[in-house]
Amino acid sequence: MMVLGIDIGSRSIEVVAMRQGEVVEKRHGPTTFNPVQQINHLLEGLEAQMAVATGYGRNLVQELSLGFPVQTITEIKAHGLGAHHLFPKGRTVLDIGGQDTKALSLLPGGRVGKFEMNDRCAAGTGKFLEYSAQIFQIPIQDFGAYALGGDNPPIINSMCTVFAETEATSLMAQGVKPENIALGLHLAIARRTVNMLNRVGLVLPLIFVGGVAHNPCMCNLLAEQTKTKIDETLFVPKEPDMSGALGAALWAQEIVAETT
Amino acid sequence: MTQESYEAMWESLNLDLSAHDGLLGVLGKFYGDIYMSQQGRLKGMEYLDFVLSEVHGLRIKELLEAKAQGRKIIGTFCVFVPEELALALDCVQVGLCAGADAGKEAAETLVPRNTCALIKSFVGFKLARLCPYTESCDLIVGETTCDGKKKAYEAFGELAPMYIMEVPQTKTPAARKLWKEEVLRYMATLESMTGKKVTAEKLAKAIKIVNDRRRVLQRLNKLRATVPTPISGRDVLLINQISFYDDPLRFTGAINALCDQLEERIKKGEGVVPQDTPRLMLSGCPMAVPNWKLPFIIESSGAVIVGEESCIGTRNTRDLVDESGQTLDEMLDALADRYMHIDCACFTPNDERLENIESMASELKVDGVVQYTLMFCQPYAHEGFKVEKRLTDHGTPSMILETDYSMEDVEQLKTRVEAFLETIK
Repeated sequence: MMVLGIDIGSRSIEVVAMRQGEVVEKRHGPTTFNPVQQINHLLEGLEAQMAVATGYGRNLVQELSLGFPVQTITEIKAHGLGAHHLFPKGRTVLDIGGQDTKALSLLPGGRVGKFEMNDRCAAGTGKFLEYSAQIFQIPIQDFGAYALGGDNPPIINSMCTVFAETEATSLMAQGVKPENIALGLHLAIARRTVNMLNRVGLVLPLIFVGGVAHNPCMCNLLAEQTKTKIDETLFVPKEPDMSGALGAALWAQEIVAETT
Repeated sequence: MTQESYEAMWESLNLDLSAHDGLLGVLGKFYGDIYMSQQGRLKGMEYLDFVLSEVHGLRIKELLEAKAQGRKIIGTFCVFVPEELALALDCVQVGLCAGADAGKEAAETLVPRNTCALIKSFVGFKLARLCPYTESCDLIVGETTCDGKKKAYEAFGELAPMYIMEVPQTKTPAARKLWKEEVLRYMATLESMTGKKVTAEKLAKAIKIVNDRRRVLQRLNKLRATVPTPISGRDVLLINQISFYDDPLRFTGAINALCDQLEERIKKGEGVVPQDTPRLMLSGCPMAVPNWKLPFIIESSGAVIVGEESCIGTRNTRDLVDESGQTLDEMLDALADRYMHIDCACFTPNDERLENIESMASELKVDGVVQYTLMFCQPYAHEGFKVEKRLTDHGTPSMILETDYSMEDVEQLKTRVEAFLETIK
């Protein structure tokens, strides 16, 4: 029988279906202004024994009457489980999603030890990069590669999306190479993230998940700032945005195993 | 609330009636959602429901009646102001409104934006003319427990009859001497205001009244240490909050009756939550009424709060005034000593607080501690680091949550609280 993990984030929804310990299907789509419709759409044709929902919209799924039981866990637990499953040696997890950033330390077995989250504002998250990319009129998917073209990043102090934009525009007016400004914006996030990692006590290897882990510049800068090496002490999954849904599916599997 | 009958009274206090109606409406709804929705509450809680429903009504009427009889009303914002002196001079002492987002924009014209919500709230309540307590006061007593309050009182003093007690910042003999002098200076002020004299007999009686109120709250805290706990944390917080408003004798009687009911419940092995519900303790900044945001989030995430290490909690009730003093001097010394025991984060060092937190965590059999810091509250934010380390060494999981009175971060707080519970289960 199949179990589902559903991660309803602020920007995107991911679904992972598992059967007998194997991932059998992955789906994802934007959250949009109508998440309920999106969830229904993404779940079409999936018959499950149970589901575990996570992310900001986790309680929404419980209200949907899907025809199978739905439980919820926080995205912190979900990312811990998902990241640990992908890289059992990992000791610390960094998740940069659409609107928040989380750092968590892993105990043996993938349980969360300590965690930190950004405050109420979305500074230094995917949303920050999305806004920044707009200043350069570059699609968000290409923004990281573009920033890699920089070689001398200016220091950007502001972590507020709006102020960072002001700072970037004034740097442009000073004639700073746009690639360098883009690199500077990435560096600002990386530095902030390292502070958060240090607060939970960064132990290597580090696992980097969440949509922002798709960004090659962020991966490089994170490695640089944490003095890690990609694939040795810094692991980035191929589909970093699926890790929360994977963790939720793994938990669903555990619940089913415990109750049968 | 029977609002109509109180309108003339509120008008006489120069409240902004329509804004005040709005406030009571929100408060009523908030109370309904957070309190009345609870399962398995004891009959004794009806007293609290009543007091709260009449918090701006009947209680204010009582204060105004007391005033008419020539008694003075003293308003305070802090557990350092010795209520015993007020009672010994037949005054009524009340805590003033500081727990809701009110008049924030107006407050920010008098205090900097990066001031904690509690300070902004009492300034806002005054400027927006929303607090009938503040408006009923003959004297408002402030204290020097933090820079934010100290400077805010300067601005507040232009709007209301203000008196400041200097609370020392260390616990050296010199500090104790200063504090004793402050107690005497305050007593002299009250004496000249009331035209009466504090006598040994009156002070002994007042000490007994305030101690009895502390004793009943100590009793309540002992009872809730039971597993499963017989009462919700929200209710105990409310009881602590109301202890600052209600008549002390009536309060003590009502809470003793409630404690009797709790004992019955404990005898039957009944809890307000299932046996295995995670038990959390709150530690840090005070939660003035109606600041129920975090307790509600915690208790609707599947945990129960069993302790408040806070000024609106054990910091106010832990220590009694020694009742063995015979002469007025002995009593005043005992009084000064008792208040010097308060483990407020304004002191340096403040290691007693760490000891107290650790022993509370053990006595209340907590599974974790949530440190609550009001945004921009430096003293408690600083101590957060030490407290966390001490609790880690003690083997008690803890987390720090920094927030204010606004509702915009409820979802983020909920996620953090749930994730914390996931880590301790």
